[in-house]
Amino acid sequence: MSAYLKPGLAGPVASPDGLDAPFWQGTREEKLLLQRCGSCKRWQWGPEWICHRCLSFDLRYEQTPPRGVIYSYERVWHPVHPALKDQGPYLVVLVELPDADNVRLVGNLLGDPRAPVEIGAKVTGVFEHHEDTDPPFTLLQWARST
Amino acid sequence: MNDRTLRGAVAVVGVGETPYYKRGQSPDSEFKLALQAIVTACANAGISPKDVDGFASFSNDRSDASRLAAALGIKDLRHASMQWGGGGGGGSGAIANGAAAIATGQAECVVVFRALAQGQFGRFGQGMRGSRISGEFAHTIPYGLMSPAQMFAMKVQRFMHDHGVEQNALRAISLASYAHAQKNPRAVMYGQPLDEAKYDASRWIVEPFHLYDCCQENDGAAAMVLVSAERAADFDHPPCYLLSAVAGSHYRAAAPVHNTPDYATSTFKTLAPRLFEMAQVTPTDIDVLQSYENFTGGVLMSIVEHGFCEPDEVNEFFQTKNLLAPGGALPLNTSGGNLAECYMHGLGLNIEAVRQIWGQSTNQVKGAELSMVISGPMVTPVSACIFGAEATI
Repeated sequence: MSAYLKPGLAGPVASPDGLDAPFWQGTREEKLLLQRCGSCKRWQWGPEWICHRCLSFDLRYEQTPPRGVIYSYERVWHPVHPALKDQGPYLVVLVELPDADNVRLVGNLLGDPRAPVEIGAKVTGVFEHHEDTDPPFTLLQWARST
Repeated sequence: MNDRTLRGAVAVVGVGETPYYKRGQSPDSEFKLALQAIVTACANAGISPKDVDGFASFSNDRSDASRLAAALGIKDLRHASMQWGGGGGGGSGAIANGAAAIATGQAECVVVFRALAQGQFGRFGQGMRGSRISGEFAHTIPYGLMSPAQMFAMKVQRFMHDHGVEQNALRAISLASYAHAQKNPRAVMYGQPLDEAKYDASRWIVEPFHLYDCCQENDGAAAMVLVSAERAADFDHPPCYLLSAVAGSHYRAAAPVHNTPDYATSTFKTLAPRLFEMAQVTPTDIDVLQSYENFTGGVLMSIVEHGFCEPDEVNEFFQTKNLLAPGGALPLNTSGGNLAECYMHGLGLNIEAVRQIWGQSTNQVKGAELSMVISGPMVTPVSACIFGAEATI
């Protein structure tokens, strides 16, 4: 699969303190790994060192299915980065994951960038591999569920 | 209600601004702009800058308080504070910090200021460069979500979805700002009117923001002199009292990667009750409002969350005629605001609110006695304040 956006944007690397390293390692293996509290068993995202509910430091990365619903979206027209100068409009979606306490992830909505977007629509994750970068990385993108 | 309050304890006795420039056009360095605004504000107050004993700013202002004190020959620096958080969320918060220092006897005369020279230091509204990104931005930038407009459009889109908000409601906010700017010679957009057709034809930046829904980026500086209410009578201006100033944000507002539980908000739901309680007024008492426009959608949500209109009434409420001085139901951004006067991270809005109390606005609301400012919607922390004329004390 080719990438949704033109090449040239900064690629993700794990934070130097390792906080989100399992997430990015997981996408390389086509797994969605998010934080789950070992104490109260609730999911949490974005990554943090402590569970905001029970204040346990026992946060683990666990696998959850890459499926969710569109919570919000935006159609970007103005390219603020030179790499996107000839991109044309593109869609960014905020996806809520019912399987993981409704935590949210940001991604692109694959398909026609000019098509209407329905808040609440179901989407399925698609792993988008970038092998030609140093280091290689994998993004989690979203497609409308069929 | 407790007896710990800023209400009426502190007054604004001087304001000052440099000329306002388009981004990168200032002939002067950022620090020199800060000095110019402070010296101008002190002259407006009728004091020597050497008698200032405190500085309060926000948004990680680069003009260091100690360097300012040294440059200006300040005799006795007693207060230097920085409100945390980026964007314009700290404008009224910096006023709160300076006022609190005065009210508690830590300082006598505090200057609140903000200086920006983006030509010298780079722009806000551009994506980050570089080939790798880590931390929270690693979860947004690779998907092309990187500019302030892109960060906040996502919130506004959801709010508009939830409440059936039409594009024309955003347009009305922009048209009001530009209309006011046409009477304000300080405004960068003075002489550049905007009408409905021009707005509609303008390009999308990111839906639901057209070009004219987005603030400018500017160079300049603004400053405001605060003293205790007791001293205010010694100054030439009619008293302009601080009736209330609050800052903060709701539960987990900064939860990373767009995970705040209450997402489609301007961040003011928890502040607004505290703001009105301290001032001992209600939204219907407010004569004139300055509401920070990073983007018009944030203005709309802020006004709703402060109780000026119900979420499901916005399409009726947000019509340009309702927002225009002097006769509109809620005169809004009467200097032209961040959209059309200048984007000084909103401190210009606080200055305009004071001018309304002094009767010196170029779009004066007749007899304005309660003048309110909302600083920095959608960021965290945000802040707000209410100024009152003599009769309100």
